[in-house]
Amino acid sequence: MIKVQNLTKRYGSVTAVNEIQFEVGKGEIVGFLGPNGAGKSTTMRMLSCYLPPTSGTAEIAGYDIFRDSLRAREHIGYMPENVPLPQDMRVDEYLRFRAALKGVPGRRIKERFADVCELCNLTDVSRKLIGALSKGYRQRVGLADAMIHEPELLILDEPTIGLDPNQIRQVRDLIRNLRRHHTILLSTHILSEVEMTCTRVIIINKGRIEVSDTPENLRSRLTKEGEILFEVSAPDPAAATAKIKALPHIKSLNSHRTQDWTRYLIQADEDLREELHNLAVREKWRVRELTQRVATLEQIFAEITHKEDI
Amino acid sequence: MRRFVTLLKREIQHYFHQPLAYIVLFCFLCITGFIFQLGVGALNGATSQTTVIEAFFDSILLWFPFIVTFPLLTMRLFSEEYKLGTIEPLMTAPVGDLAVVLSKYFGALAFYLILWAPTLLYFVIFHVVTGQSSAQSFSQYFGSYLLLFLVGTFYLSIGCLASSLTSNQIVAAIVSFALICLMFFLSVVTFVFPSADRFLGDVVYYFSTIEHMADFSQGVFDTRPIVLYLSLTLFTLFLTFHIFQHRRWRS
Repeated sequence: MIKVQNLTKRYGSVTAVNEIQFEVGKGEIVGFLGPNGAGKSTTMRMLSCYLPPTSGTAEIAGYDIFRDSLRAREHIGYMPENVPLPQDMRVDEYLRFRAALKGVPGRRIKERFADVCELCNLTDVSRKLIGALSKGYRQRVGLADAMIHEPELLILDEPTIGLDPNQIRQVRDLIRNLRRHHTILLSTHILSEVEMTCTRVIIINKGRIEVSDTPENLRSRLTKEGEILFEVSAPDPAAATAKIKALPHIKSLNSHRTQDWTRYLIQADEDLREELHNLAVREKWRVRELTQRVATLEQIFAEITHKEDI
Repeated sequence: MRRFVTLLKREIQHYFHQPLAYIVLFCFLCITGFIFQLGVGALNGATSQTTVIEAFFDSILLWFPFIVTFPLLTMRLFSEEYKLGTIEPLMTAPVGDLAVVLSKYFGALAFYLILWAPTLLYFVIFHVVTGQSSAQSFSQYFGSYLLLFLVGTFYLSIGCLASSLTSNQIVAAIVSFALICLMFFLSVVTFVFPSADRFLGDVVYYFSTIEHMADFSQGVFDTRPIVLYLSLTLFTLFLTFHIFQHRRWRS
């Protein structure tokens, strides 16, 4: 669906996007992650044919974004950051205008309008002026606009920014439902959102792609060493610590005592949960926690985007 | 073509969605009506060859509201889209840059025609009330309105150009007003320097809108101004188109 090759964008001497390269297949939901100024929006603007790239090429549904720009645009539904909308139009006027502009045949406009209104819950406000809508509704109008011509590819630049938690959940559900018919490329700051909706994550930093993988793979990549939390109550804590230390593969051990409970943070080469359990059973310790620490996307993100700064 | 029509409709609609359009229409009609009445009043009882239409169009009073309308009509065309960011959804829809520029231009032109259309009624009312004709021949009406149209096409294109340059409507208005004034008051040069050589005088004559209006409102058709305005309009729109494209390339 998307094929990006050596795409570069320079603003004067600043390189916003530096020779990035990736592909997005049909039906994927790809989350674009990165700190502010990493080049997410610039990349999306280039893909949606708004900004011409400095060098490199990209293809959308087989059409070059530069040479076949108009054809490529027909296959894209783009929702820009902050959703700029004309203030003077009513919601239905705007969506019908956009549908006509994007080449939806006259007889189908009514049907498409009804469809997107229902999908985005806009039916109640369809006669309201866009200027009078709340942020959440404006966001949904932007989303409805992006979908109105049934594009194969949706490019959504921060679709949930500035929404309240309920609205974020609604948008997230909506995006997940769209998966059946659309390929989606979305950018966001909210990492939990990516974990919940995306089939693949692309982390971009300083104009370069750092990682492109599924959220699960990313997580396992950073958790394979096995960081384990183990909280026990042993009659002799010092002896217990020594016994745990004696287990094979242990790299380091931190303990923290509160009254009769001791909490260990264990770094090991392998997953030692079973051995720890057996040890506790043998020694008749009371256990109240034994978990493998799973890296969240947050940690992965911090690790990847900060490694150069430290 | 269908997309162009969609855009054009939207542009015209946009004028009527904003109070500015009604304020301009209202003030414009009040002022031109007043000027018409002054013209008729001046001719009343006077022995003069001047017709009512000449008194109306060839009066210096009319030109002030006339040139003020252009910045008002054109200042928001591109500037507002730049400022609100709506240019982004617009240019990511499958429409070409040329269609966008032309739809904005023709939208402004359509509003300009709507602005002037009611002034035709002045002559009808004059005829009904006095039983006299306000011109010696039909060609005087035709000439006057043809020139209004021609001048309008050119001055609106200047407004488009100014608006495509900046995201600030005020700056756009001032730039277009300055350019239009420069063009319009060129004929003042001959008043200020009456001893200037003939060549300068000729150049000024060829470019001066006031001189053109004096001819056309008498029913004298001169092809030179027609070619002048149309070619200048094309050139200015061409510049606008390139500036509009360039803004995206540069950013």
